[in-house]
Amino acid sequence: MEINSGDTTWLLVSSALVLMMTPALAFFYGGMVRKKNLLSTLNLSFIMIALISVQWLLYGYSLAFGHDIGGLLGGLDFAGFTGVAGTPSAYAPTVPHILFASFQMMFAIITPALITGAFVERVRFKTFLVFSLLWATLVYDPICHWVWGAGGILGRLGALDFAGGTVVHITAGFSALAFALAIGPRKGFGRVSIEPNNIPYSVLGAGLLWMGWFGFNGGSALAANGLAAHALFTTNTSAAAAGLIWMILSWIDGKPSVLGIVTGAVVGLVAITPGAGFVTPLGALIMGAVAAPISYYAIKFIKGRNLVDESLDVFACHGLGGLWGALATGLFATTSVNPNGRDGLFHGNPAQFLIQMASAALVLVVSFAMTYGLAKALHAVMGLRVSDSEELVGLDISEHAERAYA
Amino acid sequence: MTKKIEAIIREEKLNDVKDALREIGILGMNVVEIRGRGRQGGITLAGRSSTYQVDMLPKIQINIVLSDHNVEKTVQTIRSAAMTGEQGDGIIFIYPVEEVIRIRTGERGREALHYAGDIDSR
Repeated sequence: MEINSGDTTWLLVSSALVLMMTPALAFFYGGMVRKKNLLSTLNLSFIMIALISVQWLLYGYSLAFGHDIGGLLGGLDFAGFTGVAGTPSAYAPTVPHILFASFQMMFAIITPALITGAFVERVRFKTFLVFSLLWATLVYDPICHWVWGAGGILGRLGALDFAGGTVVHITAGFSALAFALAIGPRKGFGRVSIEPNNIPYSVLGAGLLWMGWFGFNGGSALAANGLAAHALFTTNTSAAAAGLIWMILSWIDGKPSVLGIVTGAVVGLVAITPGAGFVTPLGALIMGAVAAPISYYAIKFIKGRNLVDESLDVFACHGLGGLWGALATGLFATTSVNPNGRDGLFHGNPAQFLIQMASAALVLVVSFAMTYGLAKALHAVMGLRVSDSEELVGLDISEHAERAYA
Repeated sequence: MTKKIEAIIREEKLNDVKDALREIGILGMNVVEIRGRGRQGGITLAGRSSTYQVDMLPKIQINIVLSDHNVEKTVQTIRSAAMTGEQGDGIIFIYPVEEVIRIRTGERGREALHYAGDIDSR
């Protein structure tokens, strides 16, 4: 194991790109809430950078990537980054171990930030902080270990997840649905019009997410090589296809919505995440193209019937986009792209599709159940929501004593 | 008698109305950006995958104070410049004005309103 400076450089850059995705997500979400909750919404994402960075150093990385305990969890051997040095590890044999751990940290940060779209405009900030810390510890770290940790049960089963379709997007999406059910709708939901305060912020956020995703997926090759370039290209292709299809769908229903187009691109990025380094560019085109109608009609169904105020559609975009991506990886994966991967159903290996289905099912059930339980327990102990009058005034003033604009 | 015209018009018609008023010798006015609704009750905008109703729309309110013998001409000028024929063209209110006082000179009434080239000097 010797450090390769090209690989190391690319992973340093990728870590920075993935870090940028969290503030990008903050703006993507911030644009879609009302003006009185803009700062609050930006902060829900931003604070995750600070909170999870500390958690990851102290014990989070170790729970996810430490010495395997029964395939379920890592041990505490890397707690406090003990032994996480400037020399390589088995996880990425050509880059410093501390760089691999940093790159992984960015994923641990953005995942709980993704969930925040479910409960914006009403969540109590103090409870949210406790929830996020517990969620990272009890949901993200173990599931990350199952899929990517040495000896993890889903990795051993042969589940393919190139860059986090299951670890990041299925966990976040199904947790978002659970939390939204636990916290209940915003006041006036389905009765008064809740209009996005600044769609340009959402366009900006989506654009930066797209760029950051090159680090997310391209960096997951863990080397500066052909596979990284391949992942970058499939990522771009899927986003492009989903953006185009979403535009057409919204055009059929009226006008081509700009918020819709950028949402479609993000859904395409979600869908390709598990398969970016396993499927061909044409496979990626289909994965993105199919992801768009799944999420589009899911939002239409959920919002049209006011079933649940899953406010910024995290479940439809990340939960279902991630689920489709995980399953589609089991269809389109081919060892001609990545000899270290596996063939999918369309390449003569139907078993892989079943493995993808089983691993996605396990992760979505555990994410949903754990999050629902956590949210309900915290609701009983400290209350999930602000008071009615605080909600009406807006969380910027009531939770932070600040306002977005003078 | 002095009257105040309060005209609520489409945002995009402000320049047309301003130009038309200048033609008949009305320069002085103030303008407020407002939001409101009329009989139409709002419009529908596109969302991510559905539409949503916006019931308070941005409009421009123009305030003009002038002598009452000029009111009808001014109202017709505003109407013809601001009209598209579609719903949402706006509405005009006319109020009596008790008194007008120019801060710099202390002039009152019609004196306070007069300026060179105004509608009455044409």
